Amino acid sequence: MASHEAHIREPLIIGKKDYHQVTEDITYPIAGKANKYWWMAFTVSFITMLWGVGCLAYTVGTGIGVWGSNKTVGWAWDITNFVWWIGIGHAGTLISAVLLLFRQKWRMSINRSAEAMTIFAVICAALFPVFHMGRVWLAYWVLPLPNQFGSLWVNFNSPLLWDVFAISTYFTVSLVFWYLGLVPDFATVRDKFARMGKPLQQKIYNGLSFGWSGSARQWHRFEELSLVLAGLSTPLVLSVHTIVSMDFATSVIPGWHTTIFPPYFVAGAIFSGFAMVLTLMLIARKTLNLEHYITVNHVESMNKIIILTGSIVGVAYLTELFISWYSGVEYEQYAFLNRASGPYWWAYWSMMTCNVITPQLFWIKKIRRSFTATFIISIFVNIGMWFERFVIIVTSLHRDYLPSSWVMFHPTFVDIGIFVGTLGIFFTMFLLFCRTFPVIAMAELKSILKSSGDKYKK
Amino acid sequence: MSKKVIYGLFDDEEILLKSAKDMVSKGVRIKDVFSPFPIHGIDPVIGVPRTRLAIGAFVYGATGLSLAWLMMGYMLIMDWPMDIGGKPSQFFYMNLPAFVPVSFEMTVFCAAHGMALTYLIVNRLYPGQQPHNPDNRTTDDKFMVQINTGDNKKTAEEIKSMLSSTGAIEITEKEA
Repeated sequence: MASHEAHIREPLIIGKKDYHQVTEDITYPIAGKANKYWWMAFTVSFITMLWGVGCLAYTVGTGIGVWGSNKTVGWAWDITNFVWWIGIGHAGTLISAVLLLFRQKWRMSINRSAEAMTIFAVICAALFPVFHMGRVWLAYWVLPLPNQFGSLWVNFNSPLLWDVFAISTYFTVSLVFWYLGLVPDFATVRDKFARMGKPLQQKIYNGLSFGWSGSARQWHRFEELSLVLAGLSTPLVLSVHTIVSMDFATSVIPGWHTTIFPPYFVAGAIFSGFAMVLTLMLIARKTLNLEHYITVNHVESMNKIIILTGSIVGVAYLTELFISWYSGVEYEQYAFLNRASGPYWWAYWSMMTCNVITPQLFWIKKIRRSFTATFIISIFVNIGMWFERFVIIVTSLHRDYLPSSWVMFHPTFVDIGIFVGTLGIFFTMFLLFCRTFPVIAMAELKSILKSSGDKYKK
Repeated sequence: MSKKVIYGLFDDEEILLKSAKDMVSKGVRIKDVFSPFPIHGIDPVIGVPRTRLAIGAFVYGATGLSLAWLMMGYMLIMDWPMDIGGKPSQFFYMNLPAFVPVSFEMTVFCAAHGMALTYLIVNRLYPGQQPHNPDNRTTDDKFMVQINTGDNKKTAEEIKSMLSSTGAIEITEKEA
């Protein structure tokens, strides 16, 4: 078929697929019944989620004294987990918005589930600062409301307030972008149920599809909307982690007070987000029979982004070390010496190994095209990026200006329970999404089938 | 002559596009096209005007920026100036650097949500809306042209024969 693309480029969708087959393959998990692996995974995630909810309830009932945080280490696992989850939440919008603007067709097989992942990750992230407030029922105090409860207005000079605006904008805009993209695919599911003679499901999916009919005018506006929302989301996604990094960078703590933080955090966010996308996609492609849609080419493309962002993160670590020496400030120098050789040396070197060394293996073509190797390395990156945030937060705080207030941080079972609980929330939501929503953007995929499908590419 | 609606079903978007161009060049007015994904190039053929959604997004964004500046200017400069870390709070422009993040987020927030709401309204999409696609295969793998005889000088028979000669696989008609 006529296409502007080089014929030498490998197909993105393999197997003999036509439009109807795409519909059948993607709606199969929605119309069919869940297998026992799904139920096992769902049960485990759900129980984990309940455990996390229990720990949150205990925290609210007793107070945040049940956490391991103390006077010196005031931010610990909570903010570590917050930044970790927000970082993971960056890949979805990056894939759907930035790669749309760069016209990367391979994003179409993964953008839907990556965006879902973004939304679930941001929900998990938002829990931490909200519960860290202690009195959760007063969380609305962060909003600029006319009030009689103390300091008159919220402080617009504070990065913590910028975070409130950034994260709520990011969450709602991502949700809208994701949902409006789902609308035409819900219509496809609706009409499939109509053909199967299932009126109840047809009615439910019609409600979800907002009565989409796929007329030329609707599609015309749909494409304009996607393009403009992508244009708006691109600076948005970069701004969110920039602002998160300013929570640290605008303070005076040695180890935090660094101008390199915004680009370094954004690169780290994309790095960890892609790692989580890979972890999830490699499981999803097997369990949902999507091997023809998420191919080794998709995995390789994502691995290339992992090498790029992983290397940026590596350079940032080295720059931090160099600048702390070059600054001549002994507090700054001590902060970094303490990171690498103090009591938390193991966290620092776990971070270095997982984030700087392991992704470099992707320079070898065999490794970056191997599903098993990619899966293992993606887990390493997830762990490494968690340690990065732990190192930045806890090791910078635990040796205060006064040696008399030097302490160690020990997580309590509540800290661990809430963190593991958010993993439960994340996977519960993702598993439900896999069974009820079209996990691949069918309409978009059909539009590139002729230029990138195996059957048509001759 | 009674008014009729004629539907021509195609199984390939390129054949439909060629057929539509052919019919439009012979003076047929096509009411609408239904497809499972956007057919590139169909809009000018059947006369879909360029949407102004992007202009709307700009206006909503400008509104968001103005709201953000009004809010912060009122709260932190006019109503209750606070000395926070020695940052200047007496004049809006002096405090402006600290206002940049919230201004940006409010701009994006209003532009994105305003545009999305406008999109839903002009596309008439809301929960409970009933779909208008005449055949439910058009969200799967088929493409459909809708022609109203009321818009056209040609008779129903002429239109049907044009559709079948340009590659439609099924042609149906019903009373308007």
